[in-house]
Amino acid sequence: MSARRRTARFWLQAALTLLVCAFLVVPVILSILAGLTENFFVGLGSGLTLRWVGEVWTLYRATLGYSIGIALACLAVTLVIGVPAAYSLARVQNRFTRVFEELLVLPVAVPGLATALALILLFGQWREFRASAAFILVGHVLFTLPFMVRSVLAVMVAMDLKTMEEAAASLGASFTQRFFNVVLPNSVPGILAGALMVVTLSLGEFNLTWMLHTPLTKTLPVGLADSYASMRLEIGSAYTLIFFVIIIPLLVAMQWAARRAQTRRT
Amino acid sequence: MDVASRDRTRALALALPALAVFLAFWLLPMVRLAHVGATGEEGLAAYTAVITHPSYFRSLVSTVTLSALTTVATLILSLVAGLFLQRNHFTGRDLLVSLLTLPLAFPGVVVGFLVILFAGRQGLIGDVTAWLTGETLVFAYGMAGLFTGYLYFSIPRVILTLMASIEKLDPALEEAARSLGASPWQVTRDVILPALRPALLSSGAICFATSMGAFGTAFTLATQINVLPLTIYNEFTNYANFSMAAALSIVLGLITWAVLALARTAAGAGVAAAA
Amino acid sequence: MAVAIRLESCAKTFDDGTRALEPMTLEIAAGETIALLGPSGCGKTTTLRIVAGLESPDEGGRVRFDDEDVTPLPIEKRGVGMVFQSYALFPNMNVSENIGYGLRVRGMESAKREQRVKEMLALVDLGALAARKVDQLSGGQRQRVALARALATRPRVLLLDEPLTALDAKLREQLRVEIDRLLRELQITAVYVTHDQSEAMSLGDRIVVMEKGRIAQIGSPQDIYYRPSSAFVADFIGTMNRLRGKREGADLVVANGRIPLGGLMTHAILFRPADVRLVAKEEAHVSGKVLSSFFLGDHTRLVIDAGAGEPLIVETIERRTWPRGETVHLHLDATALMAQHEEGP
Repeated sequence: MSARRRTARFWLQAALTLLVCAFLVVPVILSILAGLTENFFVGLGSGLTLRWVGEVWTLYRATLGYSIGIALACLAVTLVIGVPAAYSLARVQNRFTRVFEELLVLPVAVPGLATALALILLFGQWREFRASAAFILVGHVLFTLPFMVRSVLAVMVAMDLKTMEEAAASLGASFTQRFFNVVLPNSVPGILAGALMVVTLSLGEFNLTWMLHTPLTKTLPVGLADSYASMRLEIGSAYTLIFFVIIIPLLVAMQWAARRAQTRRT
Repeated sequence: MDVASRDRTRALALALPALAVFLAFWLLPMVRLAHVGATGEEGLAAYTAVITHPSYFRSLVSTVTLSALTTVATLILSLVAGLFLQRNHFTGRDLLVSLLTLPLAFPGVVVGFLVILFAGRQGLIGDVTAWLTGETLVFAYGMAGLFTGYLYFSIPRVILTLMASIEKLDPALEEAARSLGASPWQVTRDVILPALRPALLSSGAICFATSMGAFGTAFTLATQINVLPLTIYNEFTNYANFSMAAALSIVLGLITWAVLALARTAAGAGVAAAA
Repeated sequence: MAVAIRLESCAKTFDDGTRALEPMTLEIAAGETIALLGPSGCGKTTTLRIVAGLESPDEGGRVRFDDEDVTPLPIEKRGVGMVFQSYALFPNMNVSENIGYGLRVRGMESAKREQRVKEMLALVDLGALAARKVDQLSGGQRQRVALARALATRPRVLLLDEPLTALDAKLREQLRVEIDRLLRELQITAVYVTHDQSEAMSLGDRIVVMEKGRIAQIGSPQDIYYRPSSAFVADFIGTMNRLRGKREGADLVVANGRIPLGGLMTHAILFRPADVRLVAKEEAHVSGKVLSSFFLGDHTRLVIDAGAGEPLIVETIERRTWPRGETVHLHLDATALMAQHEEGP
């Protein structure tokens, strides 16, 4: 509708939209401010400070490193098993691959809580595994794998993989050569978008991780839950601020990469 | 061997690592979970406990009610806002849309915390109402607080999907309706809504399934209201009632999976949920 | 060095049961250009892919390059060059890298590779575009890069799968001339798949007309055009006129005339538009009314209702116009008549 009719209807819609936006954005701003205010109860009048951020850093620094480590490991694993899986799904379309695609989505369709319980019940006895980072990693991989696969698959499907491989083969390239010279380089937009999504999801994952964690394997979201429950509001807010500082640039990059992957599909 | 089958076998082999990970770390554990659920004190009856036990039933009802209300409210708000944003271009619109989708990456706990900041004892709403009326309005810790939180993480998801579908609407259909004399409301009712039906159904289903399975938000708000995920958590962690927790998880998992499967057939395209 | 290709009893049944090719035996001489021509589904692409090594023939089929049995070899090891309908250029490489890919994969050192790539670019006249990205090329340019890429490795056989189908008419003609020149210059054995008969006739030394997985006819373009061996081939190539009537002595009696059959024993004759002349009433075999006329520059095409069912197509270079409804008189060259063996549409 290109005609700009400033009717009552228009203003009503505009007002509602603005309300929705405010609803979503204001709490974030509030939280950021709370983390920087001397005393939340008093409000902004008490002055801005970085002291809460400093305290959070001392208390919870380890969780940050841990979360980033898990996210990167998760990325590595999903790349190594997810990209080839996407290739399979792009090249072969029979009922096995269809079923496989459905199966992969299950850890996402079913609540993280259930997956976590299942993992604990089966592997709980195995002490070393249960208490290790690998246990958390497994949960994260299960949850993020479908997103990597789907992202790469979309790009592979759009580029007529089969004919390109046949062309490379006609020139004498072996399977390995084709895969690394032609298939992978042209899948990069999908791999990039998938990678950002995996990292973002892993950094923010809570439902699974909360069930699986031990005091020694705490990620950032787990630390956040701790601080909300036991620390004062300002510390929780400062911690949340740190979380925002990490996650928001990633989100922006993810949106950019997803757009790029879409436009390359011509 | 036939060239074509050799290629196919090789391509399928590449999916084996992912399949192995899935079987070992999801399927097998799930089978064990189902088994544990069926071999507790009550045996197989544990699976119907969600209906037969009053407390679990209450939990189920609250969860379903909450999810349903959230879904309806989210759909309506996202539709109105989505239509407005997609069709009106103004400076800063793109920025606004990006801002709207930020909450997508926030875990439930953060959303719960934001609700507390907004509507808790020291919250913004409390301050404003105290200043206006002298009474502090606090609603973070009841059904209203939960609802607010669930709305918060649902709207970004749904609004994005809807806006993508709105973009694909053929303007010619609306123009035809208007040329035939339809009022704006009639155009919305008779042309836009039917065209958006698949998107509305599928994003509504994702919203419902996500809300059913959401844990972090309720956990942080520590309300009296026990949604099913919290009930499961309590059974497992506080009462060590593993088989009941297992049975309830399986039932919850089946519900969310079924809703999403329905959504997929309604929309005809791949969808995913996360919370 | 060009090789001879031989297909022995090559059939192809796909996994879903489709019988794409009946057992076929075909001999292609070294340096020859063979055109596989036919409607979609006739098996021409399947045949090409069997020669290429992208499909294996059913049990018992064999493919030979000269004396070598290449049947067990996959395409990577057959030393063929292939041009695809969609060109299949690699978007992540520029023009030079695309052309040089086959050489790179064979381990040719980069200095020599560069040299060969330059040669190829000159061959297809794309020297200025060496560093260009593939998505910035026009359709015709992409086509030439695909050709250069396939030829860079000096393959023993060149296979082309409808390479010009995706281009517009003018470009198609231009590239047809270029491909023809290239094939002659390089004296390479080439198999060319197309559904466009003018392409097949201008490029092919011999044409293999295919129908429903079988060879309908093999021959030179002239053979196929003037001596089609079946109604299918006659119909598929060029335009064919048809007249049905009753045989009376040495003539065929039709609705509007009487045609000397010149020895043919048939109730239905086929003849090309070029074998019909417009004459005066006295010399006419059959007459009719003009339904429509198309001035095509170098000749005019007339559609004539001869009262015998299907309209007749006649071509003439006479410089005049024919108003609709005018009566014309036609003379048929008896030596150019063909008998229609099968009844049917």
